[in-house]
Amino acid sequence: MNPFNAKRALLALTGVVALGAAQAADISGAGATFPYPIYSKWADAYKQQTGVGLNYQSIGSGGGIKQIKAKTVTFGASDMPLKPEELKESGLVQFPMIIGGVVPVLNVKGVAAGQLVLDGPTIAAIYMGEITKWDDARIKKLNPKVMLPPTTIAPVYRSDGSGTNFLFSDYLSKSSAKFKSSIGASTSVQWPVGIGAKGNEGVANMTRQTDGAIGYVEYAFAKQTNMAYADLINKAGKTVVPKAESFQGAAASADWAHAEGYYLILTDQSGAASWPITGASFILLYANPPDAGATNEALKFFDWAYKNGGKMATDLDYVPLPEGLIKQVRATWKQIKGETVAQRSAPGSAHGG
Amino acid sequence: MSRRALRSLTNAGALALSGLATAIGLFFLGAILWTLVKNGVGGMSAQVFSAMTPPPGSSGGLLNAIYGSVAMTVIGIAIGGPVGMLAGTYLAEYGRHSRLSTVIRFVNDVLLSAPSIIIGLFVYQLLVVRMGHFSAIAGAVALAIIAMPVTVRTTEDMLLLVPQGMKDASTAMGAYPWRTILSVIYPAARSGVVTGLLLAVARISGETAPLLFTALNNQFWSSNLGAPMANLPVVIFQFALSPYPNWQQLAWSGALLITASILVLSIAARIIVSSLGPGGRR
Amino acid sequence: MSTVAAIEPRHVSGQRLRERLFRSSTLAAALLVLLLLGGVALSLLLGAWPALKHFKLGFLTREVWNPVTDQYGALAPVYGTLVTSALALLLAIPVSFGIAIFLTELAPAWLKRPVGVAIELLAAVPSIIYGIWGLFVLAPVLQQHVQPWLINGLGPLPLIGKLFQGPPFGIGVLTASFVLAIMVIPFISAVMRDVFETVPDVLKESGYGLGATTWEVIWQVVVPYARTGIIGGIMLGLGRALGETMAVTFVIGNAHRIGSSLLAPGTTISASIANEFAEAVGDLYTSSLIALGALLFLITFTVIAAARLLLLRLDRRALSSV
Repeated sequence: MNPFNAKRALLALTGVVALGAAQAADISGAGATFPYPIYSKWADAYKQQTGVGLNYQSIGSGGGIKQIKAKTVTFGASDMPLKPEELKESGLVQFPMIIGGVVPVLNVKGVAAGQLVLDGPTIAAIYMGEITKWDDARIKKLNPKVMLPPTTIAPVYRSDGSGTNFLFSDYLSKSSAKFKSSIGASTSVQWPVGIGAKGNEGVANMTRQTDGAIGYVEYAFAKQTNMAYADLINKAGKTVVPKAESFQGAAASADWAHAEGYYLILTDQSGAASWPITGASFILLYANPPDAGATNEALKFFDWAYKNGGKMATDLDYVPLPEGLIKQVRATWKQIKGETVAQRSAPGSAHGG
Repeated sequence: MSRRALRSLTNAGALALSGLATAIGLFFLGAILWTLVKNGVGGMSAQVFSAMTPPPGSSGGLLNAIYGSVAMTVIGIAIGGPVGMLAGTYLAEYGRHSRLSTVIRFVNDVLLSAPSIIIGLFVYQLLVVRMGHFSAIAGAVALAIIAMPVTVRTTEDMLLLVPQGMKDASTAMGAYPWRTILSVIYPAARSGVVTGLLLAVARISGETAPLLFTALNNQFWSSNLGAPMANLPVVIFQFALSPYPNWQQLAWSGALLITASILVLSIAARIIVSSLGPGGRR
Repeated sequence: MSTVAAIEPRHVSGQRLRERLFRSSTLAAALLVLLLLGGVALSLLLGAWPALKHFKLGFLTREVWNPVTDQYGALAPVYGTLVTSALALLLAIPVSFGIAIFLTELAPAWLKRPVGVAIELLAAVPSIIYGIWGLFVLAPVLQQHVQPWLINGLGPLPLIGKLFQGPPFGIGVLTASFVLAIMVIPFISAVMRDVFETVPDVLKESGYGLGATTWEVIWQVVVPYARTGIIGGIMLGLGRALGETMAVTFVIGNAHRIGSSLLAPGTTISASIANEFAEAVGDLYTSSLIALGALLFLITFTVIAAARLLLLRLDRRALSSV
């Protein structure tokens, strides 16, 4: 037998693999991992209704910014908004798409979900290694009625770069000047103490398994896994419980109308009902897109998601944008060349379904 | 205690410990496989093979990931296999004793053990940055680079096993070396070379690290080689660390599936080798 | 028949052309191997250049890894890489040695093959499987049953006590080393087994003839004879452990710190790259990660080269399973 028969067979197989290459153009996007579950849920439903797929690559916010700047995707997604100057410089339009929150979770013997109250400065002190025991006076002061054990605190953090890290470290930076100067806010920071775990699952696992641990995970995660969480004292001095209303409260109390390029970080908002570690996930598009048709397809998808995606978002414990903000975003779309969505769509006129 | 008794006691102790060491090794293989079966079997259904990776909370399967893994492995071996076979042929036949071959053998051994994440970084710089986006073809090239040294090595070893007499007979008939290689040596070493290819397939089909920065992932069915493509290892990676029970279940099922396929491939390769007779390896 | 046709004169020039074509394509493929290694080295160097130029030698000596201030040093991941690999070898060598002895000297013929294959299959299990197994199965067991015992038993001791202090997290340097050990056992034991089999029977027989026990023959005849091969095998295992990515990423804890305790979380070069590469923003950050990759390449290259040089003296065929 000629040994090259085998090679030929392999080549034929390759041909088969390449055959289906021509298929309907999908919308392509890349970026943050935090909204990936809801984007994938929307994409699935949207594909069933319209036949248009969304190929969203959850490579992280940094990757999303990199990819849209390299013009390799139609839209980028980031949990960390770009500054207005940066948007102008690169000709990008930015708007929020979905809201979520970060929740402190803990594993302390004798403390049930929602029993413990913490505030920003205290958590910052824990993550800087200044508070090391659960029965520390500063924690006791916030929780006079809770029996706190003298267990060592084991702070757990996200080791991979993530939007969750950004929101959490941004909140701590706003709460503590020392945290801001010594650690700062980013998708990945150098924590002086504690243990790193990969992904929400890693942090949750670690927290659940370690006596005395404290961690932070996305709300959807804490909810779906029934973890013991702590309440927080917000900027208005009110104790708030992590739930959809508190995140929406933070989004609503924010002054979007005056935020150029929607550059607003939702942590530590002033409203009485605001959950202090709330964040929006943003979409980045070109104002003068290299492929206007593709960008318009993407806008159609976002428009559809605003109209029909609320229920799916709530089911996965994300928070849809308030109606007023959606209106504002639609107006923003008019800046984008060649778009037809903002013009013809009036809120409420369902075209899907 | 007499010196003799002490010696035999030491002997018994040492040998018992070596038995224990073997038991430890087997225990871990058993523990890993048991974990996979326990967690993975529950989610095995026809749907795993017929539906696409779902959004959280919905039902779905792994079809696009299985397809992507198969496609990239096939292309990877289609590139890396023949090139590796040719290079192995050079080492075994044309350049068996040349100094160049000694260098190439050494470099090939280094590539064989090079960390796969480094290959991923290399292909990222080489293709992803240049093409401007992640793609299945970049993933396949990364896999090809990992498969190649394996094939080079096994091809050379297998060709060397072919008895010199057969080659001499062909040469005596006036055949050029290429004809001897194609018509005599390759057929004689066929099962060995196929084994090498099987081992290379087993090696690349479970690779995760080099795909993270190359093929990435895709929620939907995609057969476009220029676009990101779903694949089992990265889907397992992503789903295993998610909070959603249906994703975690799929991750375990995928893990069971991929491990079972690789073990079957590896065992098949060994059975072929053992059928080669006393000249074959183990 | 085509082979007969080969000797007909009118085909000779065509034959020569084909010969030349085939020969040069095999040579080209062989040279591609060299080109690939060169390409990998070059692309890593180019990618690492901005970071190396910016931090100079400080990149190697600093522990800081701070994306906020854009300061990067490789010390913590390099330390983690070396410590986890060394510890993994410490755990894996005795076990691999035992397995090799069992398979070459003790096991009855019918048992040899299935057990040998089973151990080799440990090497076939994909590393991501080791990762999820390590995180979901091994880490909780270590945390609840092994680490408290280590902390209470060894923690108070002078000198080595430092290595076993701190809270039991389950994941960390020790757990990563443990998983790595399991992963390199099949490689080391395969080489050891192969070099043990190269020991001439005459030598062993003369040992037995002198009245030596099995263990004495192994320790005083087989091991000295196979010494270079054993060391080569260990170095190969080391090469594996140094570059392992997915399994370590799951269980090491990913902290850019150098902790004195083995129970503390750490990081390795490959884990840092896998964790942060996609999220890295800014050229210096990306370049620093690639520089880490270049360092890893350099370290593994040295180790593997040393291993191969040691093993070069032995029959190449005996080692082809690695």
